[in-house]
Formats: sequence, structure tokens, C-alpha cells
Amino acid sequence: MKTLSTLFKNNVREYGMLIALIAVMAFFQVQTDGVLMKPVNITNLVLQNSYVITMAMGMLLIIITGWIDLSVGSVVAVIGALAGVLIVRYDVNWVLVVAISLLLGAAIGAFHGYFVAYLKIPAFIVTLAGMLIFRGLTIALLRGESVGPFPRGFQNISSGFIPDFFNGTLNDKPFHITTILIGVILSVLLIWLDARNRKNQQKYGFEVTPFYFFVVKNIGITAAVMGFCYLMASYKGLPNVLVLLFVLITFYSFITSSSVIGRRIYAMGGNEKAARLSGVNTPRLLFYTFINMGVLASLAGLIVAARLNSSTPNAGDGMELDVIAACFIGGASPMGGVGKVIGALVGAFLIGVLNNGMSIMGVGIDWQKVVKGVVLLLAVLFDVYNKNKNA
Amino acid sequence: MSDVILEMRNITKTFPGVKALNNVSFSVARGEIHALVGENGAGKSTLMKVLSGIYPYGSYQGEIYFQGKECRFRDITESEKVGLVIIHQELALIPFLSVAENLFLGNERAKNGIIDWNESISKTAELLERVGLQESPTTLITNMGVGKQQLVEIAKALAKEVKLLILDEPTASLNETDSEKLLELLLQFKEHGISSILISHKLSEVNKVADSITILRDGSTIETLDCRKDNITEDRIIRGMVGRDLTHRFPPREKKIGETIFEVRDWNVYHPIHEDRKVSSNVNITVRKGEVVGISGLMGAGRTELAMSIFGHAYGTRISGKAYRNGKEVDISTIDKAINNGIAYATEDRKAYGLVLIQEVKNNITLANLEEISTRQVINEPQEMRVTSEYRDKLNIKCSSIQQLALNLSGGNQQKVVLSKWLFASPEILILDEPTRGIDVGAKYEIYTIINRLASEGKGIILISSELPEILGVCDRIYVMRDGKVVGEMPASEASQEKVMKYIMTQQEVMEQ
Repeated sequence: MKTLSTLFKNNVREYGMLIALIAVMAFFQVQTDGVLMKPVNITNLVLQNSYVITMAMGMLLIIITGWIDLSVGSVVAVIGALAGVLIVRYDVNWVLVVAISLLLGAAIGAFHGYFVAYLKIPAFIVTLAGMLIFRGLTIALLRGESVGPFPRGFQNISSGFIPDFFNGTLNDKPFHITTILIGVILSVLLIWLDARNRKNQQKYGFEVTPFYFFVVKNIGITAAVMGFCYLMASYKGLPNVLVLLFVLITFYSFITSSSVIGRRIYAMGGNEKAARLSGVNTPRLLFYTFINMGVLASLAGLIVAARLNSSTPNAGDGMELDVIAACFIGGASPMGGVGKVIGALVGAFLIGVLNNGMSIMGVGIDWQKVVKGVVLLLAVLFDVYNKNKNA
Repeated sequence: MSDVILEMRNITKTFPGVKALNNVSFSVARGEIHALVGENGAGKSTLMKVLSGIYPYGSYQGEIYFQGKECRFRDITESEKVGLVIIHQELALIPFLSVAENLFLGNERAKNGIIDWNESISKTAELLERVGLQESPTTLITNMGVGKQQLVEIAKALAKEVKLLILDEPTASLNETDSEKLLELLLQFKEHGISSILISHKLSEVNKVADSITILRDGSTIETLDCRKDNITEDRIIRGMVGRDLTHRFPPREKKIGETIFEVRDWNVYHPIHEDRKVSSNVNITVRKGEVVGISGLMGAGRTELAMSIFGHAYGTRISGKAYRNGKEVDISTIDKAINNGIAYATEDRKAYGLVLIQEVKNNITLANLEEISTRQVINEPQEMRVTSEYRDKLNIKCSSIQQLALNLSGGNQQKVVLSKWLFASPEILILDEPTRGIDVGAKYEIYTIINRLASEGKGIILISSELPEILGVCDRIYVMRDGKVVGEMPASEASQEKVMKYIMTQQEVMEQ
């Protein structure tokens, strides 16, 4: 049996970041007199960070391959602009526009990917060019002004909530029973998956964590899930975006941990030559990774436009930095081959909580940037320190 | 003779959980070549790191005396200052700088921060002359072969006015002629009063140049042999290293050779950058079932290039020629197709091309055949763990768990992981490029055993090796390559070291006979 201390030592990165996130949340909870954890603010926090998290899923894969994508902020803008122009100026059905936007996102990703994977131009340069090109196209499309507003259906992508089928109430206030139900189902599912995983590991003779740790961990997770759902239920229920995020996170966790393609992406990032000599078609894989990033960036572009209820020329400006920072804070390595979805998620939330908490406290945008920069540096320093200690 | 230049007394160095060196004493006489031998992990490199200050004073116990004075090096610059220079196995030259720039890196010929190029270049020319290297001081390192780079490293040591030169596996990536040259150089230095410590796995070299040999095993000094007094045989050294007699260096094999299973005909390959340079020309090679075919030749003879071009055109351009498997022509134009046609290639450079070092042993083993352990693109992890555990046991890979990172394994075990990866891809034809490079005697024996087992299972094996005894000891049939051509072919039973060398070196005369 593994002892707790070795378990902690082996996963110091994951637990460390989680503890940091909880500490930062506790700090702001006190400093903002409890505003941070109010249902309405939690909802805001999710909505504000949804696009960072969406893009972090794609960026993580790119960073694992050892490259980077600087263009995502501009892609967010150009897709938002295109959607705005099509819906508002040309009156195209918004569902069709969503489909067109996602396809165009794939095409933009393919454009970057082709230069990086097949013409062997460093992604830093290709996507820097893309960053300029798509920002320029955005301004041209919008003729320098904002376009809006959008129909209700499109807005609901990011500002809608899932319907409550029970019309529940609690203490004479509306209470979203469906949200609670989803929370219960999710908790049971998570416990079941963890138990199955543990059993499998035992079956193959691997060391597992002590049983009491398993119990404590699952109680903790269940409490977090149910607490969160309770907060949401007492406001308007689960936002649509959160459901979308949940689907994305589950999908990319699965891709990175259990799929052949995920395994190959890690191998390519860890040693491109060895992967190629093992029969992995590395250029094609890299090409796909960029297409994936393009689709996710365009999805984020739609969410941003729907949330602002208008397409603006400077949408997504600087967003690539938050997305990249989220991945690195979450433990991805700039050398490639290393990084986890859960890490990027915690990184994105850490940045989100910092943004949100400091805004509530009235800290100016100037100092917010300073604090985020310092956090990024500290997180990576923590990595390097750990690595040296283990070596 | 009793003038001692270096004495290390009772050195003990512990890493968390491991005693890497246990009370080791080691001394080198002035003007001698002292060989340090031992299996991988015996503590040779650790001892040299203690000596050169990479592990600073205070991180170990014991004393070091150099030229009679006690030394407490805090880093490598301090040890270099007194004339103690270490040349590592992995060369530390900067590829896009010239020879002159590399030679004086960190030691620039400069006045007030401004480099005196005239002095740098003339001094470089002088140093190159001393090591017998005919290159311009302005040549970029990247344009030189490994053999020449090694000589540049030595010239760099001379630039620092070296008194004791430490060479860690200097000939590991050199061919026979370059190795020969390097050893000559060490003997010359000896006459000029420069002592050397030579760490090597190649016992024939050790025997040739060393005045004394110290054997380390499991972090302790086993013995120091004096080659000037006694005649020390290789077997004698091996006995000291492994602590037992290795009766056969090459395990015997029952030969069951069948039909031809793989053949390439009229194989031509051009250099990927210099497109008019032919790296393989009109090569014909056949492999039979259960046969081990050796390819011998100098470095640069085009052996690796040939192998990689056959393995899915992984090297070269304008590749022409036909490949046949069991008499039928096959398409091997991509790595994927080559693997599907039963070909596997285990690279000569396992760290750069063979392994994803930052990943687990198990991920490395399954990388070339993920289809086998997955259904509809989803990896079945329990199955993966089961098959990788099987390979760990079958090939005797020493690792704490199959989830250990490949990075943390010793060279021999890393090589076994590479082999496992290709065995798991279940090939019929296995190309092994320098499979025993840089690994110790015990692990070599294990690799030979694996080769034998594969041959007796009916696979065809192509073994590329720079070590002639290995080619002669393991193979059934031998091809000799030179300048991209096959210049000789002989059954192992008719081959001898001299005969193969003759083909390698004097192709023209042989052709005329």
C-alpha cells in the first residue's frame, strides 16, 4: 500500500495547484465579505471563464505537441465578427451561422496546421502571423464598429440556463431541482468510476491508495459537486455553457488519457523522431491538432459574441495569454510531452478566480496583470523546483 | 613511476536510498593511462563527477589529492583550473559555432572583452595540429563527423593546459579507424607527460593502451591490475567486472535457417539534403528465416542510411529499388506500411530516436502497435499493463515498475525497452542497429540471448554493428559495406576479423584480385 506521503509526493503538482486554488478562493471569500461564493457570482465566474477553458482544451493539446498557438484571441474576434455580420446584417439563421463558424474555425486551424506540420515553419511565427491577419480581418469585417444585438436563441448559448422540469421551490424561493438531480447522478457516476479504476489497479497488482483515503477523497468530491449544484440551484440552475464545458472537459480528458490519438500526441511531443519511427504519422497528427484548436477557438468566439450580445473589433484581445498561462500554470511543459486536462482546468480557474476576485475587490486592471504574471512565474518555478528535487 | 598525480581516498557518495560509491580509493601515477572499467551502474561516472567537481565538495565523503595538494572543488571550473579536464560521452560542442569559437568557449582569447580573432585562429590551428586533425579553424562543428568532433574536444582540453585528461567512453560512437587514431593520441600525450583516465566498455582498447586498470563493481573498488607487469587478458578483466567467469561472450545457438523471407534489390538512396550524393547504390540484400545477417563497415559507410531507407523510407530521397517479402513485392514507402509488412527497425540512437524518455516504460513498449491493445481507438489499459508486464519479465527489464519513466533506466534496460517495443509489433524481419552500443558486458550477453531466441523462432534478423567480434560471434552471414555499396559477403564460418577488415579498408585491391 502506498502511504499518503508518497502519494502526495508523486502528485505534488496536481495537489499543489488544487490547494493553491482553494487557498486563493478562501482568501477572496474573506476579502470580498462572501461575495465570491454567492450563487450569482459563481455563475458569473463560470460564464467569464468559459471561453478560456474551452480554448485551454485545444491549447493543451498543442502545447503537448511542443508548439503554441498565439492566434486564438484573433480567431475568437474574427469568428464573432463573421457571426455578427451574417446574423445581424444578412439575417441568416443563427443555427446555420454556428455551423458555418465552426467549419470556418476548422479551416483556420487547417491553415495554421498546414504551415506548421507540412511546411515546417515554427508555430510561433505562423500563429503570430495568424494573430495579425485575423485581427485585421475582424476590423475590416466590422468596419471598425460593434455589430449587434443578437436574437434570443443565439444569446442563450452563453447566457441561458437549462430548464427546470419540476418548478421546485425552497423556503418559498424558486429552487432548481433538475440541477440537484444532475449533481446526484454525477456524484454517483464519479464514485463508481473511481471504484472501478481502483479495482482494476488492484487486479493487476498495482499499488493503490489506502481505503480510507479513497473514502475521504470521494466524500470531498461529492461534497464539492453537491455544494456547487446547491449554489447553482438556488440561483437560476446550471448555465448552458457549463453543460457544454462539462461535455468538452469529459471528452478531452478521455482523449488525453485513454485514446490512441491522445497517446500518440503525447509521444510526438515527448520525442517527435521516436514517434515517427514507431509508425506515427506525425505531420498529419500535428495538422489535426491545429484543426481541433481552430474549432475550439471558433466555439469560444461564438460564446464571447453571445455573452456580449454584440461583435466587437477588440473581442478576445489578449485572451491567448490567459489560455496559454492556464496550461502552463496547470503543469504543461513548454518542451512538450507533458500536461493534463485537469491541470489546465485548475489553471484556468485559478486565473479566473484571480480576475474575478480582484475585480470585486476593486483592484485595477494594471495590478491584476502584475498579479497574474507573478502567479504564472511562481507556478512554473514550483515545477522546476520539484523536478530538480526529484532528479 | 611511483610519482602519483592523483589520489582519491575513501570516497563515499550516497544518493537518496543508494550508496553509489562505497569507500572507493583510486590513484593515478603521473604519465600513465589508467583505465577505469566496470559494468553500467558500477559507479565509474559518479566517481569522475566527484573528481571533477560536478558533485561539489561536501556532497561526498573522502579526500582528493591532485599533485600532492588536497583539492576541494566546488564546480567544474575549479577542477579545470588545476588541469583536470573531463570529456563526456555526450559531446559538449556547440554545433553552429566554428572550431575556434568552441575551443576557446569560456576561455576566450580576448582583451577587454574584445576577441582577438588572429590569436584565436592561429592558436586553434596549432592545437588542431597537435591532435592531428586537418580542418580549418573556421569550420562549423555541425559539418564535421563524430570522430573529428571528438578530436576537437581533446584539443579543447589541451587549450586548457590539461594535466590529467578524463575520457568517458570516448570511442563509443567512433569507428575502428577513428578509435585507433584517438588511442594513438593518448599514447602520444603520455610521452608528453599528460596522464589520462580512460573509461571504456571496449576491453580490447583498454588492453591496448592502459598501463593499469582499476575495476569497480557495485560502487566499490574490486582491484587494480598492473598491465606493465602481468599479461592481463580480456577474460581476466571481465571476471573482475562481473564477479564470475563468463565462459562464453556469445551464447550458442542452434541454427535452423529456412527460405528467404526478405530481400531488397537494386536499392538506391540519395542524401536528403545533398540530393546528388548517393548514400546507397545498387544494394542487394537477402535475409532468410531464422538467420542473423550482419552488416559490417565503417561509420559513414551507409549502413544506418540503408536500414532506415528500407524501414519506410525514413531516410533519404529519390529511393528506388524493390523489396520482396516471401517472394512477393511489397510496398514499404512509409513507416506505417513497413511495420505492417513485418519490418521493424531498432535504432542505433535509442535516446534520440528510440524512446520517449519522459514517458513510462509501458507507453514506450506499446507505441508502435497501439492497435493491438485498443478497440475502436480506445486503449484498453488493463490489457496494456498485462502485455507490458509480460515483456518486462521475458526480457528481464530491470525497472521499479512498468510505470517508471524510460529516462530513469540504465542503458542496457533502455535498449531492452526498445527491443520490447519492436517485438510487440511482431515483425518478421528485425533490423537491429548497434543494439549493444554503450551497454555493459552482462546486458550485452542478454541482448545476444534475445537475438538468438528470435532467430530460433524463425524471424530474420539484420544486425548492424561496428564491433567486429560481435558481428563474428552472433551472425550467420556477413555483408560488408563501404561508401554505400555492399563490397563483400561471406558466411560467418569463413569470416575472420582480418578478412572483414580487409574488405572494409582495401576495397579496390580486393576487387582487383
